[in-house]
Amino acid sequence: MTYIAKPKFHHPGLKKNELGYTHRDYEGKISTLCAGCGHDSITASIIEACYELSIEPHRVAKISGIGCSSKTPDYFLGNSHGFNSVHGRMPSVLTGANLANRDLIYLGVSGDGDSASIGFGQFAHSIRRGVNMTYIVENNGVYGLTKGQFSATADRGSKSKKGVTNTDNAIDLVAIALQLGATFVARSFSGDKAQLVPLIAAAIGHKGASFIDVISPCIAFNNHAGSTKSFDYVREHNDAVNRLDVLVGRDPIAVDYAPGTVQVVEQHDGSKIALRKIDADYDPHDRLGAQTFLARHAAKGQIVTGLLYVDPDAEDLHSHLNTVEAPLNTLEADTLCPGSAALDKFNASLR
Amino acid sequence: MKPTDIAAPDYFHKVVDCQWACPAHTPVPEYIRLIAQGRYSDAYMINWKSNVFPGILGRTCDRPCEPACRRGRVEETPVAICRLKRVAADFKDDIKHRLPKPSAKNGKRVAFVGGGPASLTVARDLAPLGYHCTVFDGDPEAGGMMRTQIPKFRLPNSVIDEETGYILNLGVEFKGGHRIESMKALLAEKYDAIFVGSGAPRGRELDIPGRKEAAAHVHIGIDWLSSVSFGHTDKIGKRVIVLGGGNTAMDCCRTARRLGGEDVKVIVRSGFEEMKASPWEKEDAIHEDIPILNFLVPVAFIHDNGKLTGITFQKVKAEYDAKGRRNLVPSGEPDQTLECDDVLVAVGQENAFPWIEQDCGIEFDKWHMPKVDPKTFVSTNPKVFFGGDAAFGPKNIIWAVAQGHDAALSIHKMLSGEDITERPLPEVHVSSQKMGIHEWSYDNDISNDKRFKVPHRDKVIALKDIRTEVELGYDVKLALGEAHRCLNCDVQTVFSTSLCIECDACVDICPMDCITFTENGEETDLRHLLKAPSPHPDQDLYVSSDLKTGRVMVKDEDVCLHCGLCAERCPTGAWDMQKYLIEMTHAGSACPTKSRSAA
Repeated sequence: MTYIAKPKFHHPGLKKNELGYTHRDYEGKISTLCAGCGHDSITASIIEACYELSIEPHRVAKISGIGCSSKTPDYFLGNSHGFNSVHGRMPSVLTGANLANRDLIYLGVSGDGDSASIGFGQFAHSIRRGVNMTYIVENNGVYGLTKGQFSATADRGSKSKKGVTNTDNAIDLVAIALQLGATFVARSFSGDKAQLVPLIAAAIGHKGASFIDVISPCIAFNNHAGSTKSFDYVREHNDAVNRLDVLVGRDPIAVDYAPGTVQVVEQHDGSKIALRKIDADYDPHDRLGAQTFLARHAAKGQIVTGLLYVDPDAEDLHSHLNTVEAPLNTLEADTLCPGSAALDKFNASLR
Repeated sequence: MKPTDIAAPDYFHKVVDCQWACPAHTPVPEYIRLIAQGRYSDAYMINWKSNVFPGILGRTCDRPCEPACRRGRVEETPVAICRLKRVAADFKDDIKHRLPKPSAKNGKRVAFVGGGPASLTVARDLAPLGYHCTVFDGDPEAGGMMRTQIPKFRLPNSVIDEETGYILNLGVEFKGGHRIESMKALLAEKYDAIFVGSGAPRGRELDIPGRKEAAAHVHIGIDWLSSVSFGHTDKIGKRVIVLGGGNTAMDCCRTARRLGGEDVKVIVRSGFEEMKASPWEKEDAIHEDIPILNFLVPVAFIHDNGKLTGITFQKVKAEYDAKGRRNLVPSGEPDQTLECDDVLVAVGQENAFPWIEQDCGIEFDKWHMPKVDPKTFVSTNPKVFFGGDAAFGPKNIIWAVAQGHDAALSIHKMLSGEDITERPLPEVHVSSQKMGIHEWSYDNDISNDKRFKVPHRDKVIALKDIRTEVELGYDVKLALGEAHRCLNCDVQTVFSTSLCIECDACVDICPMDCITFTENGEETDLRHLLKAPSPHPDQDLYVSSDLKTGRVMVKDEDVCLHCGLCAERCPTGAWDMQKYLIEMTHAGSACPTKSRSAA
């Protein structure tokens, strides 16, 4: 917690994006989280991604639940829409908002408690339905606000700050998301912005349920030896399968990589992702392969990061339900209530 | 790059841009904080120690600190450092009891030629050490050019009397009206050392046709100013032309406005932008309805049987050669004649040493300047030292003060039997400002205020009396606002590699994008890898040793606000805010453990 507001001055040479904004224009209030919290780096990555994509802040709805992670939407995109919902209920509120107005960009921000414990069911159903959103879990493996109890994503065998060993099995949200049909699945690390920023940018460009699990060390309660979510552990066991470059606009891709090492994925919104392969055998279009790969590496104690699965031709909940395109608040009375003649016609169709 | 050696006294000194730029290295942020706390006397004493004449400089300094001020790289204008100095002088209590006491004499005698800022600084440093100091000046009172050339509406006599008085009361003997006419005679008086601070007393001539014939109405600027200062001159014609573009020209034209000049013009050879006068002095002149005409070269004084009627000017334009050097070439337009009743010539000053005989052991160079060592200020005669304008030509008061301190140190070392080329290192204090988890002993909240204007007296009143000071100075409230604009650049960001866990918290919070964690490289490569561009290569990069991941922390010192947020957001205390205070070595102040060579 810092007592002063972040100074308004910015570096005189900051670059501006297409809208004429600097990355400072995408900030929110100053963080009240503990010093060094991984969540603040995720906040900075979201700011950077939105700046790079030249997103108009008023086109974004940021929705969260309860927890350290769910406080963070206050710290980025100060000029966006926001909703801080009940614990674990972010996915339902987001689904509802998305159904009412598909024109906004939906950013769901949650934590391991909010999504793997109290909101586990909500998480599962929003993914299963293919809501067009970017669902970010800021995953630190502990309940930081209640002083560091193991959360549902803490690895079995890992140690608490006081030295207690976790005997429960861990929920791997990435594995669940893959299984439930998420069409964009990634894992990253708050200490690696070079990987995280393009992943967030690509997830925002994806049409369908995008899920990013970001391991975010809790400095206060989970950054010690024996933790599997500490800076040191993640850095030592990080197995990145690929690196991303997000290319905004429709310019032809001219990436200077050795042939066969780069894979270009065209997104629904016309942007392109250049995937630089690190693991030559890894195919991010193979859901089953991804699940096996993940399980095999998890057993070895490795943390697989990168873009793990993407279906560029995915559809979202709106296309499944064939809903009206216009936001509900723009529909006039005569559209919403077309009159008895229309009702008669509709009833007749059901006879 | 190699890890930055922050223990080198110059590294953090350079970060305090204002202090680094000040020839006397006044600890600017330190005294501005004291002003903000209402501790005006303490602020004054810090200044008094460094620059000797806070009240005088707070009105007249050329302010090398302000263009250097970091605030000017962050927003439009720097902190009004100079006028805050005046605040300390204006609002201080009686500080006499805080001044050094006249001490028992050590039996060594030092003579001073000239009673201006350079000599008085040397005397200030030497008198408390027991030296018998005798200051000779041709004028009846001490102060030199500060008293004779700076108009009273900028610098009242009361301020000069006060601050020269502080020095003379240290037991310094002042012999006014006693001009030294012969160095040889002075040497014969067997002083242990002689300091020459006689300034650059000769105004440059403008030898063009008509000069001799019209002499009655053509005046040399600095002579005329000093004649006004002593009350010998109290009027001038209605139409006055001032030739020259320096600060003396500005003083001449504004003085002329107060002595009956109604149509006063300044005319310069160069372009308006290239004029030597400080921008604020030009502004003040323009505010007093004095137009500045540029690109006009005087070619002849026009007179009617010896009565000046005007000046003819050739119109020129600036052309730049391949090396970027400027040449003024005739524009081809017809010459222009401007009518006037009086002309003030302020086209430069020169040194003159007609009183130094050739066989005094003092060698001169081909420009007729004494050969003086730029670090020790000794001449080729080991007992004779030079400082101020007398040493290296016309500069400003603050340079004279800085050189005076160095010369005093040399004299003290020489008379203590030490090697004067061994210069003791300055004393440096570095201390953490941490008071609590997120509390610092300095105000780290950055003010967004624009520079506050110094209130001026109403023009109609100001122009009526030559002794009425134009600037009123900040009041307490304005001073507080202006003091808050200071970024506390002396409170340094200090990084401990061993404590860093590379969590990026400092990178994320830094409002100026100063901090980058990256692979190491050569400086030019590193400057390209920074999070934000690095437009000022003269501003240092602070580079850590290798971190756990093999990367290094690189901080561009350029536009750091010293807000301390990096240290507040650092979970391990790898960043700390530490106040860096450097005290320059003055005569007698040193306890030299280390020293550096003067070469």
